[in-house]
Amino acid sequence: MTRGEAPTGEQQHRVRLTVNGRAAAATVVARRTLSDFLRHDLGLTGTHVGCEHGVCGACTVLLDGEPVRSCLLFAVSVAGREVTTVEGLTPSTATADPDTLSAVQRAFRECHALQCGFCTPGFLTTITAGLRENPHPSADDAVQMIAGNLCRCTGYQNIVAAVLRAAELSDADEPPVPEPAEGGA
Amino acid sequence: MGQDVGMKPAPFVWHGPETVAEALDLLAEVGPQGKVLAGGQSLVPVLAMRLAEPAHLVDINRIAELDTLTVDETGVRIGALARHRRVERDAAAGRSQPLLPQALAMVAHPTIRNRGTSVGSLAHADPSGELTTVLALTGGTVTAASTAGSREIAAADFFVGPLESALRPDELATSAFFPALAARSGTAFLEVSRRHGDYALCGVAATVTLDENDDVAVVRCGYLSVAETPVVVDLTEAWQSGGDDAAAAARAAVDPITDLHATADYRRQLAGVLTGRAVRQAIAAAHHGQETAA
Repeated sequence: MTRGEAPTGEQQHRVRLTVNGRAAAATVVARRTLSDFLRHDLGLTGTHVGCEHGVCGACTVLLDGEPVRSCLLFAVSVAGREVTTVEGLTPSTATADPDTLSAVQRAFRECHALQCGFCTPGFLTTITAGLRENPHPSADDAVQMIAGNLCRCTGYQNIVAAVLRAAELSDADEPPVPEPAEGGA
Repeated sequence: MGQDVGMKPAPFVWHGPETVAEALDLLAEVGPQGKVLAGGQSLVPVLAMRLAEPAHLVDINRIAELDTLTVDETGVRIGALARHRRVERDAAAGRSQPLLPQALAMVAHPTIRNRGTSVGSLAHADPSGELTTVLALTGGTVTAASTAGSREIAAADFFVGPLESALRPDELATSAFFPALAARSGTAFLEVSRRHGDYALCGVAATVTLDENDDVAVVRCGYLSVAETPVVVDLTEAWQSGGDDAAAAARAAVDPITDLHATADYRRQLAGVLTGRAVRQAIAAAHHGQETAA
């Protein structure tokens, strides 16, 4: 995995991982955090970097499906693993069609759960994983779910509403029971 | 692309051993210049703020043999790579030592617990660490390995000072052992913090054991954030002469400092108030356990 030296004289590492279902790789120094790796080396600027010491939650990504702070991980430590960023939550980013947003993203839009939007990527990833674990949260569960993420605009009420709305939308997204076909194919 | 742009930590040489033997060889080689990286939820902020600049990081995240959690009738043994969240959710571990899930629920937030390791938080030896206090109260041990062999370190000897453990630079904490809760016993863990998931201004872990008549026979409490190392106090006699006496004993036992977040007096007051609440909860849990067992 070691590959050459950086201009600073540091050892470089070839880091390969899967990001949003696609293979990704870059050559970086060991102190490159996963958040900077995503933003600077892969150009995925959807992951936002706020406090850079694990408090604010803006940089939350899913590592093998579980939310983690990407600012508290070194890219080299997670080589070979699977990362999902906010860009990977949308079924297709190729179109501006709002129907391609995920249930959590649609709920945020409907409930006005963001204002400046800086913290939003971290909330979206955290809630996406949270609803997988608890698909029918109470309002209290919703507060617990987002307790590790800071938002300085909304006052959180609309984010809590969006968690509950996202649960409803996810239920509606479940593939309906297929109706018996009429007259054959 | 941008080699030293926006790099918060100072440079270090990264080592990614895949076995404990490799890790121990590396630690022996780099000595005091090295630091073990497990979950990194405390270490990476320290590096990002350049409060520490170790020349070598020995990253143990690839060592599968450390990713263990075993429970038997004597207690819970947690491997160095078991994440907090796994320990918190393990039903058998919670039945054996209920203080584990009770305390872990108060360690930062679930997102941090997905990555942080329980043994790593012990090695970090933060006197405001929840597990630090649980290990001290339950009389647990940490197993430390080096190329010279391995040794068990009792909790009472493990925590030397704030952020200082008895581990030598060439040693790796490979596991920690939390003894099972005694029969006819109950526990509780309470803390007060400024914000949800933040460091506790004061926290209390309590264990209570009942005698054959279901009367309180033993009351012990452990305290966090109120001294340089975890404080453990036997409050059996004080409790038997009344809750006020137990609270007074707790206030006398702790030695908090004033900082930005709270005054020493306030922390001491919390120690007294939380002691009463935690002991009552632990007594109720012990009675409930007896009813369930009956």
